[in-house]
Amino acid sequence: MQMNRRSFLQLTALAGGGLALNLYRSPLNSAEAQGTPPELTPQAFIHIGSDGVVTIMARASESGQGMRNMLPMLIAEELDVDWKDVRVQQAELNEKIYGAQFSGGSANTPEGWEPMRRVGAAGRQLLITAAAQTWSVPEAECTTQSGRVLHAASSRSASYGELATKASGLPAPALSSVKLKDPKDYRIIGHSQTGVDTHAIVTGKPIFGIDVQLPGMLHAAIEKAPVFAGKVKSANIDQIKALPGVRHVLVIEGGITPAAYTPWEPGMEPGIAIVADTWWQAQQARKHLKVDWDLGPAATQSTDGFRKKAAELLQAPPRTTVRKYGDVDAALKSSANVVDATYEFPFIAHVTLEPQGATAHWKDGKLEMWSTSTLPGDGRSLVAKTLGIQESDITTHMMRSGGSFGRRLQNDWLVEAAWIAKQIDAPVKLLWSREDDVAHDPFRPGGTMGLKGGLDAQGKLTAWRQHFVTYGDDKHSTSGGGIGGDAYPADFPPAYALYTSSQPLMLRTGALRAPGDNAYCWVAQSFLDELAHAAKRDPLDFQLELLSNKKAPWSSSERDAVGDHEPTGPSVLIPERYKGVLELVAEKSGWANRSKTPGRGMGIAAWFCHLGYFAVVADVGVDAQNKVTVHRIWAAGDVGSQIINPAAAENIAFGGIIEGMSHMGQEITLEDGKVQQSNFQNHPIMRMRQAPKIEVYWRKTDFSPTGLGEPTLPPTLPAVSNAIFAATGKRIRSLPLQRSGFSWA
Amino acid sequence: MPIKLNVNNVAATVDVPPETPLLWVLRDALDLKGAKYGCGIGLCGACTVLVGGHAVRSCMTQVGSVAGEQITTIEGLSSDGLHPIQTAWQALDVPQCGYCQSGQIMSAAALLQRSPHPTDAEIDAAMSGNLCRCGTYPRIRQAIHEAATGAATQTK
Repeated sequence: MQMNRRSFLQLTALAGGGLALNLYRSPLNSAEAQGTPPELTPQAFIHIGSDGVVTIMARASESGQGMRNMLPMLIAEELDVDWKDVRVQQAELNEKIYGAQFSGGSANTPEGWEPMRRVGAAGRQLLITAAAQTWSVPEAECTTQSGRVLHAASSRSASYGELATKASGLPAPALSSVKLKDPKDYRIIGHSQTGVDTHAIVTGKPIFGIDVQLPGMLHAAIEKAPVFAGKVKSANIDQIKALPGVRHVLVIEGGITPAAYTPWEPGMEPGIAIVADTWWQAQQARKHLKVDWDLGPAATQSTDGFRKKAAELLQAPPRTTVRKYGDVDAALKSSANVVDATYEFPFIAHVTLEPQGATAHWKDGKLEMWSTSTLPGDGRSLVAKTLGIQESDITTHMMRSGGSFGRRLQNDWLVEAAWIAKQIDAPVKLLWSREDDVAHDPFRPGGTMGLKGGLDAQGKLTAWRQHFVTYGDDKHSTSGGGIGGDAYPADFPPAYALYTSSQPLMLRTGALRAPGDNAYCWVAQSFLDELAHAAKRDPLDFQLELLSNKKAPWSSSERDAVGDHEPTGPSVLIPERYKGVLELVAEKSGWANRSKTPGRGMGIAAWFCHLGYFAVVADVGVDAQNKVTVHRIWAAGDVGSQIINPAAAENIAFGGIIEGMSHMGQEITLEDGKVQQSNFQNHPIMRMRQAPKIEVYWRKTDFSPTGLGEPTLPPTLPAVSNAIFAATGKRIRSLPLQRSGFSWA
Repeated sequence: MPIKLNVNNVAATVDVPPETPLLWVLRDALDLKGAKYGCGIGLCGACTVLVGGHAVRSCMTQVGSVAGEQITTIEGLSSDGLHPIQTAWQALDVPQCGYCQSGQIMSAAALLQRSPHPTDAEIDAAMSGNLCRCGTYPRIRQAIHEAATGAATQTK
């Protein structure tokens, strides 16, 4: 399976339950992203020195998911070298030789698993051919071990270093023809390999985007309107130009027209860029800015207004039917018990710890960029389009970033740096302040869900009706705010309906780790818990029973009718895998024998997204002031047959769980179009003292390995919510916790 | 007026306004990029360095206030990257994105200096000013314990 970026985006769309259809509705006009993907060659990825040092190119950008280890490990395994002899080098952006270069949608593992191993195996084959020709022996008699080719019959051997020059001149074998190892022979895959940058990180080496330093480099900061897309009418620019260190003050006209639907990359936000000798000077100069803004139509928006409108839409007939089977209204009418609930979740910001920024240098008609983008090809094409230059005149260096979580899939900050660079005659590093980063994030959109569930006299689920009030116009949901017709528990209740309605949103939204799923899982798994309690059933038993009764899956014609795509292979929810992680986490947590004491409770939840399954049990305490402490978390994951880098995988799972907790305490609110939050004091993330003890278990299944970034996040939210219910009898139907009368201890 | 600094046992003179945050002096004037900008108001700890052996947030520390003091950054924590905290961090492969980790390491080093065998409660108290957006807290806690007991062996 060799895919280009377009097919990655489609895969992501399917894996996310269709939601990413609009999420990624971006103009993917990078020339290299179009058409047939390139045939990968070992020469592009592998360089072997005469000293035997093996350099492997890491094609994906790194923002903490471990891509700079994982993909090269796949190559090294099949190349049959020792990991200690491998040096990893970051590839520059060149999708003609590296294939798709991106980090998103937990897609690097499923997309890299086969091609990267085949690249390594093809490299090994070239070295065998070189040895066999040198010794005049049949290739079939040659074997490899730890960076050497061996010929047992003649007791000859040669190191890869000795063979490298000859091998590099041979024609590369077709990737499809090379033989891959039996997994039982793996010596790198499935064995923990310390991060290739860990030593540089713990010794403070300058490896991040923010650390780029060029001779004569200037520093930029941008002041934007407090309201989305607000324009500069006038400003005291001459006064600012006279301040210490200030070299340039540039007005950005911007290119956004506020409308009910805001596209993925809507254009540059207007503002005033201050370029100075140091960033601190640029920031100091900002304090003296006096700007008269034309705030525009987005100034009418407020969180209160959104909530009122959502409540109205929820009472009205839904605008769109995403999916419907069975007669859900009749089934609800004839149910012995109907549970009716409304859930709401807020806008939240990504808050990567390294704020957005980039370095760019325009010289002699060429642009050089140091970018932390996780969709660098899109970044380059957007820059070319915005600046009116050719993509072929742009060089992109891919820098490690201090976190992405989906934020760096959008390239607004990269375009800004490039735009500033083109106005001046020096390299420039743009850095957003934390306050800029919170206020101008492409937020995870909020939403409201109206749910009705029917139960029969035996406590079985008879019907599920869900009405999602999201944002956008009649044709598009805002980025990250769409939902697909396979949204769990679709396919399982005997009758099911999923509807949407939208209200306008003049604000950028985007993809936050497990986009869509990070909210919909909380809603669906909380409501299932409600239904189980209404049915006087154990929540685990209730869900296992539901998973045992799959109804006819969504047909192609139904999918086509709403413009969704046919999923193939493991992108379809497999009930046995879903049940498998639930049963494993129940066993490890002692779910069946959990104690029930006031103020202490356990909750359970699971989710399938981005091809992976993850289940969580949370053990939660709630004190008399409704302060919540998560004492312990047990988690079970199923991402196929291999955990490629086990120590890193466990770490990512810790992160998904703790980030899920962070989401429960965050919200972005608007008043008069202005974001009310500014920094970590009012958009907090979990701290050390709040982090629970966590145990992570893997259930290995006979499926091709898939990614961990996204699937590890969603189920923590409902597991904690359901545990709060177990502890207090109070159901959390509105996030953040504060909106429901709770808060983190 | 020039300000005389002692950073990682090296004398340096910088000509910046005394109210300039130490963080930006380290990063831009002295090209020590290990300390990071995360929030600018002392909430995240990514900028943590040691002044006289105590962990301080360099984004909130005016450079004029630390003239002549002994300042230690991640670059000066050890000559070989083998401070027990650094060794434990590598053995357990603590980082994900890694951006917060120099601040985490400096706070942990200060903690071990004053409490060689910290309890979990002491770790909570000393480390809760350092945010990790990736959520590596379980590994950080384990690495501090291993550094304290010398359990961490050289990196794989």
